[in-house]
Amino acid sequence: MLAAQDDLMDMLNDMEAEEETTDYTYATFKTVRVVNAHSIENSAEGVLTLIIAHRFGRVNSGAYDFFGLDQANMRLGFEYGVTPWLTAGIGRSNIRKTYDGFLKAKLLRQSTGKRNMPITLSYVGGMQINGQRWAEPERENFFSSRLSYLHQLLIARKFSERVSLQLMPSVVHRNLVATPEDQNDVFSLGAGGRFKISPSVTINLEYFYLLPGTTADQFENSLSLGIDIETGGHVFQLIFSNSRAMSENLFIAETDGSWGAGDIHFGFNLTRVFTVKRRK
Amino acid sequence: MKNLLFSLLACTCLAMFFPSSLLAQKYFTRSGHIQFYSHTPIEDIQADNHQVSSILNAQTGEIVFSLLMKSFQFEKALMQEHFNEKYVESHTYPKSTFTGKILKADGLDLERNGSYPVSVTGQLTLHGVTREVTTEGLFEVKDGTAKATATFVVKPADFDIAIPSVVRDNIAKEIEVRVNMNYEPM
Repeated sequence: MLAAQDDLMDMLNDMEAEEETTDYTYATFKTVRVVNAHSIENSAEGVLTLIIAHRFGRVNSGAYDFFGLDQANMRLGFEYGVTPWLTAGIGRSNIRKTYDGFLKAKLLRQSTGKRNMPITLSYVGGMQINGQRWAEPERENFFSSRLSYLHQLLIARKFSERVSLQLMPSVVHRNLVATPEDQNDVFSLGAGGRFKISPSVTINLEYFYLLPGTTADQFENSLSLGIDIETGGHVFQLIFSNSRAMSENLFIAETDGSWGAGDIHFGFNLTRVFTVKRRK
Repeated sequence: MKNLLFSLLACTCLAMFFPSSLLAQKYFTRSGHIQFYSHTPIEDIQADNHQVSSILNAQTGEIVFSLLMKSFQFEKALMQEHFNEKYVESHTYPKSTFTGKILKADGLDLERNGSYPVSVTGQLTLHGVTREVTTEGLFEVKDGTAKATATFVVKPADFDIAIPSVVRDNIAKEIEVRVNMNYEPM
């Protein structure tokens, strides 16, 4: 009797094998950020992601500043999944009173089976607005001077259940820079990854290498370590970084802390998803 | 008269060796529907899989099911991701299967319209663990197609599915599984 059932199951398997399907990779990262940088994860369609992020002062500021915790910087952000492949986001951070907005579009999806694709590819286009009062209001100031832009490709691959890596070639364009020697266009190559240590916890690393130029001479490469802890609809990301700011124009192009000198900022990202539009 | 007798004999012989049920003894579907439902005071969670394959051997009562765990659709995208990534671990155990037998099938005739209560028992494999499951079901036969429905309860703990403590109150200890298949002759 058992043999006959096995035959029937073989028949079923044969039937299923005839139809080859595409198996899309999912859960490359726990959430929409690696640490500071975008990950290839989007908010799902109809899902609103709220990010509350804090970066404290430098750990080496000592006990008087409670190891940096007396100086809190924050960014409040919302991201919405317009379609399964397009996310639109806005944010506001206190550093330079920055408003930022971005679009993140998924162009390729890693998959196996009928359609074989080794990587996931996304494009991020962003804009940051410096919201501070003009330093010299008496002279003629242009709104365009407040703006900077980000163009970034995210090239990611989930190598295994545990290991995902992401490359992030990026360019930050500042409309206005302080001196003629400063670069309007800052090119950098970012790399990030995660290692899953338990179903709910991953360790993330992220690095932005500034291509040689005056920016690279004056500033540090951003290096950040994160620990993602997932609890249902929340992800807590505990962060150690030499970058204080959370928008790309600042953390890629103007990181001034040095890990070697102990200029490390502790912080966290708290992400929470809200299903706005229910799936049918 | 002799000819007629011979014909009758021939027919009887044919019927003995090739009973009509043998010609259409197997029934199948590739678009069966299995739903599961978890109820807790905090929230109700439901997921639907409309791509369940099944073959039924009407003569022997043997019945097999197979489905891909990834094909369960949840209302919330993140729940679906966590279900696959953390709970049922679809990357390691992509399929769930059931091989069983219809018991108390007396009178079940898939060529005669009617309602037939049945009892099914067999081996359910889920998350790499195999357990025996017995359930009551109902066959409703209409013009050569058979609609089969059944409801039974699965305990995640029986299948070594670990639910993290933070969502333990959101996911029921006993999950109701609802089966709804429309079989056609193979």
